[in-house]
Amino acid sequence: MAAELRQPHETTDQFGDIRSIASDYKYGFKDKEDYVFKSGRGLTEEIVRSISAMKNEPEWMLKFRLRALDIFRKKPMPTWGNCKLLNDIDFDNIFYYIKPSEKGEKNWDEVPEGIKQTFDRLGIPEAERKFLAGVTAQYESEVVYHSIREDLEKQGVIFLDMDSGLREHEDIVREHFATVIPSADNKFSALNSAVWSGGSFIWVPAGVKVEIPLQAYFRINAENMGQFERTLIIAEPGSYVHYIEGCTAPVYSTDSLHSAVVELIAKKGAHIRYTTIQNWSKNVYNLVTKRAVAHEDAKVEWIDGNLGSKLTMKYPAIYLVGQRAHGEVLSVALSGNDQHQDAGAKIIHAAPNTSSTIVSKSISKDGGRASYRGLIKVYPEAKNSKSSVRCDALLLDEASRSDTYPTMEVDEKEVTIEHEATVSKVGEEQLFYLMSRGLTEAEAKAMIVNGFFEPFTKELPLEYAVELNRLIQLEMEGSVG
Amino acid sequence: MAAREPLLKIEDLWVSVEGKDILKGVNLTINPGEVHAIMGRNGSGKSTLSYTLMGHPRYHINRGSIIFKGEEIGELPPDERAKKGLSLAFQYPVAIPGVSVSNFLRASVKAVRGKEIPVKEFRQELKAQMALLEVKDEFLSRYINDGFSGGEKKRLEILQMTLLKPALAVLDETDSGLDIDALKVVSTGINTLATEETAVLLITHYQRILNYVKPDFVHVFQSGQIVKTGGSELSEELEERGYDWVTQELTPSGVA
Repeated sequence: MAAELRQPHETTDQFGDIRSIASDYKYGFKDKEDYVFKSGRGLTEEIVRSISAMKNEPEWMLKFRLRALDIFRKKPMPTWGNCKLLNDIDFDNIFYYIKPSEKGEKNWDEVPEGIKQTFDRLGIPEAERKFLAGVTAQYESEVVYHSIREDLEKQGVIFLDMDSGLREHEDIVREHFATVIPSADNKFSALNSAVWSGGSFIWVPAGVKVEIPLQAYFRINAENMGQFERTLIIAEPGSYVHYIEGCTAPVYSTDSLHSAVVELIAKKGAHIRYTTIQNWSKNVYNLVTKRAVAHEDAKVEWIDGNLGSKLTMKYPAIYLVGQRAHGEVLSVALSGNDQHQDAGAKIIHAAPNTSSTIVSKSISKDGGRASYRGLIKVYPEAKNSKSSVRCDALLLDEASRSDTYPTMEVDEKEVTIEHEATVSKVGEEQLFYLMSRGLTEAEAKAMIVNGFFEPFTKELPLEYAVELNRLIQLEMEGSVG
Repeated sequence: MAAREPLLKIEDLWVSVEGKDILKGVNLTINPGEVHAIMGRNGSGKSTLSYTLMGHPRYHINRGSIIFKGEEIGELPPDERAKKGLSLAFQYPVAIPGVSVSNFLRASVKAVRGKEIPVKEFRQELKAQMALLEVKDEFLSRYINDGFSGGEKKRLEILQMTLLKPALAVLDETDSGLDIDALKVVSTGINTLATEETAVLLITHYQRILNYVKPDFVHVFQSGQIVKTGGSELSEELEERGYDWVTQELTPSGVA
């Protein structure tokens, strides 16, 4: 059997090598590996079967996985984006499934001590106490902690990890799972479909408004880990939900892979807001497929922040399939040394009177590269559709790079489409002005950058906005001198 | 130590920008609390002097010294000069989108004073200065100079000076582009600023502002040098007779 139980691990000084690799990444620490199960490296049919067996899945899900594995193997790598980095991925060197503990806990005290400490250090329980309606914390492949406020549970809101969702609400899952993103959508959605584990399952009953955000926290710990969570959010007619996810990982010298699939379904008049603060360490490939369907009068918002990772390729999509549906993508990317943030948005107008807004802001520094890649598609008969796209790029130095790849496919005449793109540099004059008021160069840069991201930051809950500003400050300190 | 050490002593200062000599041997001494006006034509190098004093990276000192509070500051970055008590009100303040005026003012006052100021205390101080400069509350939540009118920009500059309370405030053409009402308000601000603790170096093209702000000394700037120095009456003479008169005199006044 390719998988082995409790693989022995080397004991390492928890922080020594981390400091030397990335002194400015505060989430770079790693825990000792102490797992219930860790698959061998590489992807085999046997691994897919054992994941499904360990999870006690219904037969249809195993078949779905095996079909997806076949698609993954047959599909070529994308020939766009950052091909060089993509082709560097060594699929045979990745651990596809790691189970850190026997089960997900509802009580914080029962989470295994080491993992609990990790999430304590990341501030998760504290955040939960302060302003969240529910939390799941995923460590490697599995959700280790999960909670939801009682009042929401009483209103019938379901907030579970995806595996429990499948076990406890198989009918709802089967009806919606992979309907927005079929496994064959792209190579990485196929990979996720074959080996998915964890992620969130949310179902909001008709008319219920979840006013306080639900949050998931994703943590990769092991080196060469592949994390493939699967999230499905279904908002029944007239409901509202705001979901926030955050991600971090330790710093290793070799790469890990995060490849999620996120599907959102906003039924008639429903409203889903999905916020991501992605702060993976700079050895993580972040190749994520996110797509939403918005029915009549529904509204979907992707609020997407990309700070970390080595390569991110992510283009949150919204299919506006019902009349008057509205979609918004607001994204920011900060790309530093050895980083490429290839992010953007896709909006499909497939019904009349639909509207959409895309605002993308990117910052490149220390030789980093940020790309905006976007698609606006308007189908025939989607009359009176409106779309506005705005991309702003800020370059902090000569060595950095910014590109814009907008695509418009408009097959209907009665539409209004606006596109605006700007590229600017942090001006010597702006820096001089702020420094003449006593701010150091790093403080001045951080202030300019925070200002540039402000349209994004102001959409975040206060605690997140403060944290984001602080992270940017750290990044700027790291880049000066 | 002398009974009254000069606040600023510029000696034989030569400065170039992108290889071109602009300042050619400037000498200037300012004592604590004094108000000095530098007058001169456009292109005479007045603004270069203000940028050099504040430490703009594109201005290179080739010769001479700038002694501020007894220390050579020619090599210090702008933020350290600010912390020592030097400040510059810009002729063309830049916009910084996304950064609110209130956040910026707090950060800057904290940086210069070297300590956190209690929110309430800061708020009170700010409100008092804003009232003086006839600045509306909504100013605070706007982004720095973003979409500001010329007059609003100048008021924000003076507002910053009154909060930072520098030992020397250099005001670079603060009067340019102001209508008469705005000029009066800004002048009130400058007069509040000019105390025993704060010396003012007012750089201007026109005599107009000197009707409201009375300088102790007036210097005429020409071809990168101070060519004549006098009391406030000199500015009136300049207004009447024009800068050509000084040129014709061609008698550099030998300012100490």
